[in-house]
Amino acid sequence: MSRDQFAFVRKHMLPEAPPPATQTGAIKWLRENLFSSPGNALLTIVSAYVVLQIIISTAPWFLNGVWESPSLSACREILDGKVGGCFAVLTERWNQLLFGFKYPSELYWRPGLAFLLLFIAAAPVLFAKVFPRKMLIFTGLYPFIAYWLIWGGSLMVPVFALLGVLVGAFVYSRMVTVNAGVAVIVAFVAALIFWILSGYVTASMENVLAIEAVASRDMGGFMINLMLGVVCVSLSLPLGILLALGRQSSMPIIKWICVVFIEFIRGVPLITLLFVANVVLAYFLPPGTNFDLILRVIIMITMFSSAYIAEVIRGGLAALPRGQYEAADSLGLDYAQAMQLIILPQALKISIPGIVNVAVGLFKDTTLVSVISMFDIVGMIRGPILASSEWNGVYWELFGFACVLFFITCYGISQYSQWLERQLRTDHR
Amino acid sequence: MTTMTDPPKVSFQLSMLIYDTRYRSYTFQFIALVLLMLLLGYLGANLVSNLAAQGQNISFDFLSSPANYDINQRPIEYDSQSSHLRASVVGVINTLIVAFLGCATATVFGVTAGVLRLSPNWLVRKLMAFYVEIFRNIPVLIWILIIFTVMTAVMPAPNQFRGENPDASMLFDAFAFTNRGVYVPAPVWGPGSLVVVLTFLASVVGVFAYRRYATKLLYDTGRLLPMGWPSLVILFVPTLLIYFVLGQPISLNYPALKGFNFDGGLHIRGSLIALWFALAIYTGAFIAENVRAGIQAVSKGQTEAAASLGLRPKRIMNLVILPQALRVIIPPLISQYLNLTKNSSLAIAVGYMDVTGTLGGITLNQTGRAIECVLMLMLFYLTISLAISAIMNVYNNSIKLKER
Repeated sequence: MSRDQFAFVRKHMLPEAPPPATQTGAIKWLRENLFSSPGNALLTIVSAYVVLQIIISTAPWFLNGVWESPSLSACREILDGKVGGCFAVLTERWNQLLFGFKYPSELYWRPGLAFLLLFIAAAPVLFAKVFPRKMLIFTGLYPFIAYWLIWGGSLMVPVFALLGVLVGAFVYSRMVTVNAGVAVIVAFVAALIFWILSGYVTASMENVLAIEAVASRDMGGFMINLMLGVVCVSLSLPLGILLALGRQSSMPIIKWICVVFIEFIRGVPLITLLFVANVVLAYFLPPGTNFDLILRVIIMITMFSSAYIAEVIRGGLAALPRGQYEAADSLGLDYAQAMQLIILPQALKISIPGIVNVAVGLFKDTTLVSVISMFDIVGMIRGPILASSEWNGVYWELFGFACVLFFITCYGISQYSQWLERQLRTDHR
Repeated sequence: MTTMTDPPKVSFQLSMLIYDTRYRSYTFQFIALVLLMLLLGYLGANLVSNLAAQGQNISFDFLSSPANYDINQRPIEYDSQSSHLRASVVGVINTLIVAFLGCATATVFGVTAGVLRLSPNWLVRKLMAFYVEIFRNIPVLIWILIIFTVMTAVMPAPNQFRGENPDASMLFDAFAFTNRGVYVPAPVWGPGSLVVVLTFLASVVGVFAYRRYATKLLYDTGRLLPMGWPSLVILFVPTLLIYFVLGQPISLNYPALKGFNFDGGLHIRGSLIALWFALAIYTGAFIAENVRAGIQAVSKGQTEAAASLGLRPKRIMNLVILPQALRVIIPPLISQYLNLTKNSSLAIAVGYMDVTGTLGGITLNQTGRAIECVLMLMLFYLTISLAISAIMNVYNNSIKLKER
């Protein structure tokens, strides 16, 4: 057979033909993701229709919104029968929504500044790789600065509180060579004695370096939610770790104290604990002591969240392979060293998503304080603002605003935790 | 001849309580116990002296005195002369009602959203993600208040249903949505209705028996009986037959406008609906995440292996995916039910008379017996959650993988 038999032989490769139009670009995407089957197409059309209807019906409400007016009736006049939101309530009552209705208006900058400093204080903790470690010093100082800014009064109170912490830390560093457990107890007692003694000193120095004091009952608005959220989460983290370790402990008495505490707290709703803070706790304090309601609420919410965090961390501890504990033992580390250097760093890493879930849940639960007549943001909306003659009947704008605030905060936190989880992932996948 | 010498006997020294690991744990436990006792004693002493200072005591006598307040939703006989104890029981039942309704609805929402989040349809997937994120990240209290506002401020007043050209009208002439609550048709149990109900229950048993028989037949002989339509027939035909033979003993009482308000039918208050739906939608968002995680936890290889065995998609789902996914889904699902039950205590924010509203609210304020009321309230919730945890433990043990 010779070559001449064939009429045509191709000598060059043809260039690749483009894929059919249905298999590329937008059309392919649409076919795969929206119209892959008749049922799916129907589902797509129905949901697109619903979304469109929602947008069409709510758009004028946003677009015609009135941002400046002294009252609802004035706002309705401006709208003149059109559909529109009276967002003026937000601009008009902005400060009340954020700071409550009794916080002195000339002092709004103080909680505002404390809020901004919170970011600087949190930055080295949240983004440890980006910010220098030295900034952690500021993080340590932040609670005392924030306390002074928000509550005011003499600078000596937070300074002595800080000194007490330093005394405790010093005693701990001296005693830790003996035994970590003993060191913790002794350091705590030393700090406590220092605080009690310094109470007499600060009482006589009320006016030293003092700024105007604000009582707790004058605070309100979103500030309370943030304060409760930040304070209770940061306090309950160490407590939760201790409880989790206690529950894992081989000492039966300590174990059972922790188990009873955790299961009791987890078994009751937060609202009953707030009732305790509101009406019962006073019975258990020495006669004549007058605790702030806010302080009592902080105590109860901290107990509440520490029980939940303890359970999350217990999960992390249980997830660690047995070999890690044995390896720590075989290196000759004692209990405190093993926990501090080997076990807890790994267990906490595993527990991050759970801890963040608890923190977000706790932050949302701070709205419950409105039930015991504290004026947090929900309390402000339901109480002074909706009850006022100017804004009686402006529901959606106010609730919408509260929703936006909480959504931004909570969604932000959960996104951060997912990012952190990816950062900390050290296994090779 | 040498003898093994015993290690020198060390006599007990006080410092060994700290330095010797054999005794150290006893020291710590002793210290913890003493500290605990001191704390409890301190709190108890404060309690006694505070009570003495106010001339009070701890006593549960108030439970038997008349409550003197009304409860708007009474599943059992109750009036303002009934005792505080009875008011608490009414509250407990109301809590259980809303918890049950909420759990059932939340499961429906959650499973639907969780399955749809894995749908191949991009738009549906995104919508469900939107639902989950929106509801998970906003406090449930705000959702309760929003739905309550819808029920009280947006719904038409009953008098708007009146006249020739009313502003509002009833849905199917059976459902009236008013700002005083929702009126739905109520069943009227005539004589003989018990027979109908019993027949229905018997048919449910019958369906299970039939399916069991069909499975057994399949395994024994390989003969496949149809499952779908015979089940439906067994479920409905006898009941309907009895129902008509007895002359329709169960009828519906439709709500109708009388004077200023609706009469007849079943009245569901706005507070119940607000609580029920807010809890259901909120918890549903969490359940959706659990369901999604559970389905994703079953590796793709399982589906492929089942398909390579020649199973059809529906059977793959029923026999391979679901049994494995449920093992992951059910424990968090039950703890979500528990959360919902505890969150139902927010009823107090919208005036739904659950146990927090009666015992922890009005009874507490009227009698001033804060310690007793809060204690009883906590015990109630504690009992429920411990019971549910016990059930969960039994379940977990029963489905635990039997490993070698």
